[in-house]
Order: sequence, then C-alpha cells, then structure tokens
Amino acid sequence: MAKNLIEKAIDWGRRKSPWIIHFNAGACNGCDIEVVDALTPRYDVERFGILQQGTPRHADVLVCTGAVTLQTKDRLKQIYEQMPEPKFVIAVGTCACTGGVFDGCYCVNGGIDSVIPVDVYLPGCAARPEAIIDAVNKLLASLEEQQKSEENTDE
Amino acid sequence: MSKEITIPIGPQHPSLKEPGCFTITLDGEKVVKAVVGVGYNHRGLEKACEARTYIQDLYIIERVCGICSHTHSTAFCQAVEELAGVVIPRRAAYIRVIMAELERLHSHLLWLGIAGHEIGFDTLLMYSWRDREKVLDLLAMLGGNRVNYGINTPGGVRRDLEPQMAEDIKTVLDYIEEQNKYYIHLALSEATLAARLGGIGYLSRDDAIKYGSVGPVSRASGIPDDVRVIDQYAAYDDIPFDAITDDHCDVFGRAVVRVLEIMESIKIIRYALDNMPDSELVAKMPRRIPEGEVISRTEAPRGEDIHYIRANGTDKPDRVHVRAPSEANWHAMAHMLEGDYLADVPIIIAAIDPCYSCTDRAIVLQDSDSGKEKIWDWQGLRQYSIDFYKKRGFDASQIKVAEKKIII
Repeated sequence: MAKNLIEKAIDWGRRKSPWIIHFNAGACNGCDIEVVDALTPRYDVERFGILQQGTPRHADVLVCTGAVTLQTKDRLKQIYEQMPEPKFVIAVGTCACTGGVFDGCYCVNGGIDSVIPVDVYLPGCAARPEAIIDAVNKLLASLEEQQKSEENTDE
Repeated sequence: MSKEITIPIGPQHPSLKEPGCFTITLDGEKVVKAVVGVGYNHRGLEKACEARTYIQDLYIIERVCGICSHTHSTAFCQAVEELAGVVIPRRAAYIRVIMAELERLHSHLLWLGIAGHEIGFDTLLMYSWRDREKVLDLLAMLGGNRVNYGINTPGGVRRDLEPQMAEDIKTVLDYIEEQNKYYIHLALSEATLAARLGGIGYLSRDDAIKYGSVGPVSRASGIPDDVRVIDQYAAYDDIPFDAITDDHCDVFGRAVVRVLEIMESIKIIRYALDNMPDSELVAKMPRRIPEGEVISRTEAPRGEDIHYIRANGTDKPDRVHVRAPSEANWHAMAHMLEGDYLADVPIIIAAIDPCYSCTDRAIVLQDSDSGKEKIWDWQGLRQYSIDFYKKRGFDASQIKVAEKKIII
C-alpha cells in the first residue's frame, strides 16, 4: 500500500527534525559533555532541527554513552522500551561501542549493543561534537534511503 | 493534616545529565527527607587498575571522570613518583599547573552554564559554554584532545609548551577575563540571580566541617580549604594566588566562589607562562615501583582529590583507591536538600557540581527478594571463586595464595 500524505509528512518530519534523548549508561562524563557541547552555540545542532528531550516518550533517537554497568542495564532497557516506534540508537564513544577501557571490569556488561540494538556506532574517546553531528547525519541519510525504498517497493 | 509523598528523581531525568537517583519525601512543596542513591556509574576501575601496569593504569585513571581527568592523572602520577622517589623536572611541574588551571577554567565555566540552565536562565548556559569552547581549543592544542588530554606520565609530562602556544593561551585568557568580569558583575549584582540562589541549599560552617565537604562547597561556607595552599604540589609553591572564600553558605556563595576562582586561575596561568623554567620534561622512572603505600592529594575543580596506592614491588599496584571530591560532597547533600522547596532541588544538586562517574567507587549488593545487603570478606570471596571454578571442572582449592595483608 502506498503511503498517504500524512504518513509522508510524518516521514519528512522525522528526517528533518529528529528529537534526541541522551542517556549515560556508565560513561566517564567525557562523551556526555561533548553531547551537550553539540547543543551549544559553536556546534548548535538545533539549527538542523535536532532537539534534546527530557523524556524517552518524546524522543526518536537515543544517544547513549558509556559502557553499560550492571546497575544501569535494566534502566537502559526500560528507557528503550518506553520510546515510540520507529526508534534509533546511536552509541557515542568507544566505551559505548565495545566497552572500551572498561571492558572486562566486574561491573561492566559491555557495549550498548549487549543490551539494546544499535544503529550507529561512533568510536572516539571522547567522540568530538563534529563526529556526533556526523553520526546523526548518517543516521538520517540511511533513514531517507530506507523510506524511499519502502515507497518504491510499495508501488 | 499534612500527607507526605515520596517521589523518586532519576536515574534518567531531564535535569540530571548522569544517572543518580534521589528519593525525595515531600510535605506539600517542602522537602522533609532526601535519600541520595548513587552507584549507577560504578565500573570497578579500582579493581581494573590492580590487573594492569602503572602506565596502563594511567589511561584508566584519566577516565575516572572526563571533566577533571587531568587532576586524577596528576594525583596518580604524584603518588607513583613519590613511591619511586623521583622528583619531576620543574618545567613539567609548571606544565601540569597550566593544564590543571585550564581544566579548572573549563570546569567552572561548564558549571556556570549548568547552574544557569537549572534556574531557567538558558542564556547564561549558551554564553558560558561558548566561552568554554575557547578553553577546550587550548586544551586540545596542548594535549591533543578536547577531553582526556593524556599529557601526564609518571615522571613528568609528555608534551612541551611551545612559545607560540603561550601567546595563543594569553590571547584567549584576555578574552575569558573580559567575559568573566561580566559574569562576576552578573553574579554579584544581578537581583534576580541573588533572589533565586540566595538562602537555598544552606550549609553552615560547622555543618560543612561535620559532613566533610570539600572544594567550592566548603569554601563558600567560609573554610579556607584549598589543597593548592595547604598541601602545595606541582609548582604551586612558586606561584602567588589567593584562595577564594565566601561566607554566604548557600548556592549563591558557591556561584560567587567559582566565578572569582576563574579570575585566580587566569592569574596563575599568566604567572606560570611568564616564569616557566627551561628543563627536561620527563625524569627517568623505574619500571618496578618499590613496596610501600602513599596518599596523594590534588585540588580538582570540585575540591580535594585523594589517591591512595599500595605498591608491592612489581610493575602493577597492589591496591588503588580514588576518593573523588564529589564523593565527599554527597554526604552534605541530604542535609542541604531538607527544608527547601522541590523547585530548588535541581539547582541545589547542581551547586556541588556533582560528578557521578567520580563518585561511584562502590556498590552494595542487595538481595532482590529479601532486600538484605550482602558484604563479602576476603575468605568468602575466595570460597566463591573456588566453587565457581569447581562447577566448571577445575579445582583451585589446592593452589596456595600469599596471605593478603589487609590494612584498613
């Protein structure tokens, strides 16, 4: 079934203005301040329509930092489940991708993908704000392709 | 009759950038009881340090906290140097001071922005974070990275400060000084800020001593507690500066202490750049660190940072313990929150500049059914590991282990 106008508008809105939520799953704070940095004047991702939200229920993209500790494991799962579909996850920083220097610690579960599915992996210690913007961009580009291919197959 | 309600704040919460859980009991709008729950960020890095060499530990220690990474690595390196009996070259000490003060600049500007955000003054957030970017550029120029600079190494520093860099730093400092004068004006004379921050999160001088507060929190309660003055390390003994104190004892006082400290940091960096001696950058360090134990202190942007190392004569430490400044300040938190309004809770929490990743050094295991806490001693842990491996077909009970000396 081809997409109607409203569905197309929703797709467009999702592409042009993704709302993000930031969760620290056990990071050293380095990537977290870089995520906040990306929202402040020099990088200012708001000009691309990217807006930080306080609650997972309003967010499209979960920006997650840090190796998952045993304490945050269940919370991370809960937050992911609270997000409405379709939802995307960006793992920011080496710790979020693989566990980084904390891999193998007794209280560390591993990277973000050991708990929830991850769409974009962004290595770096700490990941620079430019890289974070690029990661969101790449996510949006792949989303656009996906939406287009959906439309084509529908027809 | 009043009815008390308990609300949990966190671990994921819009006003908290890091996971921490506060259970707040309210009577109407007033906080009657606050329980601070931390430990979400516990990664077990003290244990990880024991399994790695001193050089490898440095990378773990830098990642205790991404905001004050330099102060942690300085404290760690100082401890290792003291154990090995090495004195670092003077120029290295000066470079450490310059990095530490640049880090304090960026951390205090960051705090100012967060504080502005918590009281709904987002313009201040944008202003101070814009200025902070310039400091981050300097840190990136000196250390090669915006966060976790990796400039320290046991025995000295890894990179030199070129004359051109000194010029660049001075240019930025002039700019920051000009901006900071505006922030001081804002903090000291703006009526709305004084009305919003004054009187909340009260911590008297006696209470600050009782709860063991450190850093800007205790200095805002009138205690001249600054490790740079009372236990001088690196090159602070050469450099003239004032320890800032304030007697407001509230969130307003903490803001004043921080903006005035930015001025002092600028003064320190300028003096250090002008009076930097020429020397080697690294002193030769032995690979095996002699047996012994040591405590090393530095002044982090948030207060006194203590590192404890016990060495056993090998290239790996026997025990590493980190007492980060935020950990000391948490104890006063419940006391500061009680009696204030719910709307003031975020700014009171933000006023100690909490760093959860610094704090979370331990977790307590709690049985999910009975809710009982469980503490393991050394024998219990060993027995557990023997049983664990027995199930997998390996009997470890016959292996002799050296008697563990436990010093508490």
